[in-house]
Amino acid sequence: MFRTALRNVLAHKARLLMTVLAVMLGVAFVSGTLVFTDTLSHAFRSQSAKSYDNVAVAVTSYASESDAKQEPGLSQQTLDRIGKLDGVASVTGRVDGFAGVADPDGKLIGAGWSNKGSNFAPGKDGEDAAYDFVQGSGPVKDDQIALDKDTAAKGEYKVGDKVRVATNGPVKEYTLAGVFTTEDGAVSAGGSLVLFDTSVAQRLYLAPGYYRDLTVTAASGADDRRILDAVEPLIPDNAEAKTGAALADEQAKEIEEGLSSLNQILLGFAGIALFVGIFLIANTFTMLVAQRTKELALMRAVGASRKQITRSVLAEAGVVGLVASVVGLALGVGLAAGLRSGMAAFGMKVPAGPLVITATPVIAALCVGVLITMLAAWLPGRRAAKIPPVAAMSSVHAVATTKSLVVRNSIGGVITALGAGAIVAGAAMGSDGRWIIALGAFLALIGVIVLVPLLSRPVIALVRPLLVRAFGVSGKLAGQNAVRNPRRTGATASALAIGLTLVTGLSVLGVTVGTALDKMTTDQIKADYMVAMASGGDLDKSALAALEKVPGVTAVSPQQSSSFEIKGDWVSASAITPGDIERVLNVELVNGSLGTLGKGQLAIAEKTATKQGWKVGDTLPVTFNDDKKGELTVGAIFKDSEFLSPVLVDTEVVAPHEAKPYIPQIFVKMAGGQTAANEKALISALGENPAISVMDHKDIRDQFGGFINMMLNVMYGLLAMALLIAVLGVVNTLAMSVFERQQEIGMLRAIGLDRRRVKRMVRLEAVVISVFGAVVGIGLGSFLGWAIGQTIKSSLPGYALVIPWDRIGIFLILAALVGVLAAMWPARSAARLNMLNAIKTE
Amino acid sequence: MTTSPTAYRATAVAARATDLSKVYGQGETQVVALDRVTVDFHQGEFTAIMGPSGSGKSTLMHCVAGLDTFSAGSVRIGDTELGSLKDKQLTQLRRDKIGFIFQAFNLLPTLTAQENITLPMDIAGRKPDKEWVRKVIDMVGLSGRLSHRPAQLSGGQQQRVAVARALASRPEIIFGDEPTGNLDSRSGAEVLGFLRNSVRELGQTVVMVTHDPVAASYADRVIFLADGRVVDEMLHPTADGVLDRMKEFDAKGRTS
Repeated sequence: MFRTALRNVLAHKARLLMTVLAVMLGVAFVSGTLVFTDTLSHAFRSQSAKSYDNVAVAVTSYASESDAKQEPGLSQQTLDRIGKLDGVASVTGRVDGFAGVADPDGKLIGAGWSNKGSNFAPGKDGEDAAYDFVQGSGPVKDDQIALDKDTAAKGEYKVGDKVRVATNGPVKEYTLAGVFTTEDGAVSAGGSLVLFDTSVAQRLYLAPGYYRDLTVTAASGADDRRILDAVEPLIPDNAEAKTGAALADEQAKEIEEGLSSLNQILLGFAGIALFVGIFLIANTFTMLVAQRTKELALMRAVGASRKQITRSVLAEAGVVGLVASVVGLALGVGLAAGLRSGMAAFGMKVPAGPLVITATPVIAALCVGVLITMLAAWLPGRRAAKIPPVAAMSSVHAVATTKSLVVRNSIGGVITALGAGAIVAGAAMGSDGRWIIALGAFLALIGVIVLVPLLSRPVIALVRPLLVRAFGVSGKLAGQNAVRNPRRTGATASALAIGLTLVTGLSVLGVTVGTALDKMTTDQIKADYMVAMASGGDLDKSALAALEKVPGVTAVSPQQSSSFEIKGDWVSASAITPGDIERVLNVELVNGSLGTLGKGQLAIAEKTATKQGWKVGDTLPVTFNDDKKGELTVGAIFKDSEFLSPVLVDTEVVAPHEAKPYIPQIFVKMAGGQTAANEKALISALGENPAISVMDHKDIRDQFGGFINMMLNVMYGLLAMALLIAVLGVVNTLAMSVFERQQEIGMLRAIGLDRRRVKRMVRLEAVVISVFGAVVGIGLGSFLGWAIGQTIKSSLPGYALVIPWDRIGIFLILAALVGVLAAMWPARSAARLNMLNAIKTE
Repeated sequence: MTTSPTAYRATAVAARATDLSKVYGQGETQVVALDRVTVDFHQGEFTAIMGPSGSGKSTLMHCVAGLDTFSAGSVRIGDTELGSLKDKQLTQLRRDKIGFIFQAFNLLPTLTAQENITLPMDIAGRKPDKEWVRKVIDMVGLSGRLSHRPAQLSGGQQQRVAVARALASRPEIIFGDEPTGNLDSRSGAEVLGFLRNSVRELGQTVVMVTHDPVAASYADRVIFLADGRVVDEMLHPTADGVLDRMKEFDAKGRTS
């Protein structure tokens, strides 16, 4: 039996090509992903092991800045004491934080990546082991800095140049003392690193005389564990000491976790590719079985059992799967190598290292490829087994009976109904219903796929008149050919429908949420500008003072993050400027008066007030951040808003309790609104600080919407993948159709259909099938988008379903293009058919 | 025997092959399918082409009908010389001037009988002449089955649809390639009857390739082909006469 299977594979090489391609693409994705992440993790791991090579013990302080009772970090004394321990060769103290470097135009270098500042900590020999200076030397004076090589190159800075550096305080100009290379992760990821003299860094980031981290190196022969035991009693409670080996392990684990999400996204792509591929494979094998009906019946007639027939089809699938997997694996390794260089091209530096191919991707690739192919061929195999021996004698044998379509449609109907029911139920449940929707979505997708053959007839019948009107006889024939084999059309269209369901669902959701966010920003923000750190960190107090002095500014309020303990619960609060807050943000009053904020009273959000039972006039016992107690009166209740914390309070009230206020953003309203001159005035008042961004409404929207757009772009990548497989599927189906209808096409040519119109007929059939698949996918996707939208409705004020017609239009056009593209080769071979042979063939 | 034996007739010529040759392959593997064949097909005449297999009878028909290319000589349909036509013009010629009836696979399974009959006009984008089409349909006796699809019709009925299709567009000439080859004798007789009637009553020109002497006996004239050459012709043939003539060729073939 196996020999028959093998012969069949060889006999149908061309026919199986599309199957092989589909399996290959899926397998290439799976193995490529695994090899890529293995390689990355190996490279990162060896890098981190290297960076902890010389570290015996590392101490990290977790002191919080606002906590005044504890030591702010690790003191110089601690460092000195550890240095005197037995077996310790050296101790290096580090303190770091944000530092943005301006290029000569005043723009931030390495925006979007980490922009780090740290201290230059020379040992006894005057060198800092972590940094290799390629030019100049380390900063030793207050006004000196050193830059990493890439950052210096990007800013075209040379030793001796003046460089403007922004930390959380105002911008300062420093002299470049040296340029270095380093293994520091922030730099290898594409960020920037500024080195200051230790005392400067301490003043900027912590407190004079204090470090955040200490790195201990051991003298030769000393044991890391014993040093650790000796170090532990010397450090404060809020610090932790670990051996270098433990840290390397930890970092490796972190890297693994970081990569695992990448791994999952990529494997998700691979999964979709394979899922879509299943339809293509099943289709091919169904066609092969149908073509071989007589042959298979003959085998049955001469004594082959049903099981043997099924097995021979499965064996054939196994061989195809294996071949495709091996090629896919090779392609996957290439893909992994390509991805790595691709990342480098995008400015993400990946540490060098060999391409790591472990057994896992190899086994996974082969198993996935072979099993998927055999799984997809299982149903056609069973159908093959059901061919009665008598079919060998009769000239025609209908493989697909109407009865089986009835069964199929009933099953599909039930599954679809269950899925749709779950989706609607989930949508009605609000935010708790997400998992039910996910389950429903899965069921509905499967159900619709099962139903697609049934749907194909009425849906395509709807567009047939249009086809006839636009394309005459070619259109008429194409419309009819498209529904001649509903199963095949269904499987082909499904491949496209799956991808489009996902993409449409997410587009609907993304655009809907984006619109709601737009509405929210325009509704909620009355200010003209929002000032924030580019790094997402906190602004210095001085920025607030600077903004208040800008001519034309009519209202300024920080949104300082604060918190209180009220009756035992910690509540987050926004400390704001009374009088100005209602002019920069939309605060809808429910009760009381916002004027009371100026008198040191609190304003509480409606939901919190209702939940806690607080009313205007209540006096609440409050514990501040520094553990001091006090009493505050509720002066107002306001409607909840995305931009406001549950509690509003005057900055003056919390100021005595917070040494270093945390100000993530400041809102500014100006006379004349958003103008270039106003923006310029703000930027110049902030000292042309490259690290601070002044955002107008559009920038704010982009900031919130950026994530959504990124997510959508990832999904469009997915669409491309699904489209690619769908093209293969359509090519396959059309090649089959053309092959089966040779005689018909020959006859049409004989009675006067020219080559151009034969081509058009095939092309239109492809377009009809593709667009049909797209319509199914878009319909289901929109429904899903609506349902998921219902679950997030409650957390998003101003939510209203938006159907992105423009994007849907593009999807439809893309689907039609898929059809045209896929039909190219089959159409050409149809047009080139030798008429006489075609008519004669029996 | 290669001189035109029908030159004495005065009726107009619907199609004419002059010194038509068709050669497959080259050198030693060269096969001469048609060897300088000259033959006229007259308007309003039912001509049968006969000959043993391999005699070139189908090739002759294919070349004259513009389905196949030829190596040398000329073919004219009406005033049009086929040798100089490109594929596109040939397609147009077939569409507008020629009707076809094949042995099998004649109809499009997705179209109804009616749609199949008017297909050539659909392709040409012409409005069918309704009265004429009804006349044709009545003649072949399909009035009750116009909305049936080919799968719902018997073999004989299907071939009658094919005859109606060939007649419906009023082509200058109809070519049949073993039109009764797949039919039982009764259905075959019906189809041949329709073809003869179309010639007698409608003035149609029909050329039919067949190897069946009974089928040939429906024709006005039979042309005999052997080894790519026209070897004989018979006017007003009978089945027995044709059979005898065929036996003679067989015998000659054996003795030579």
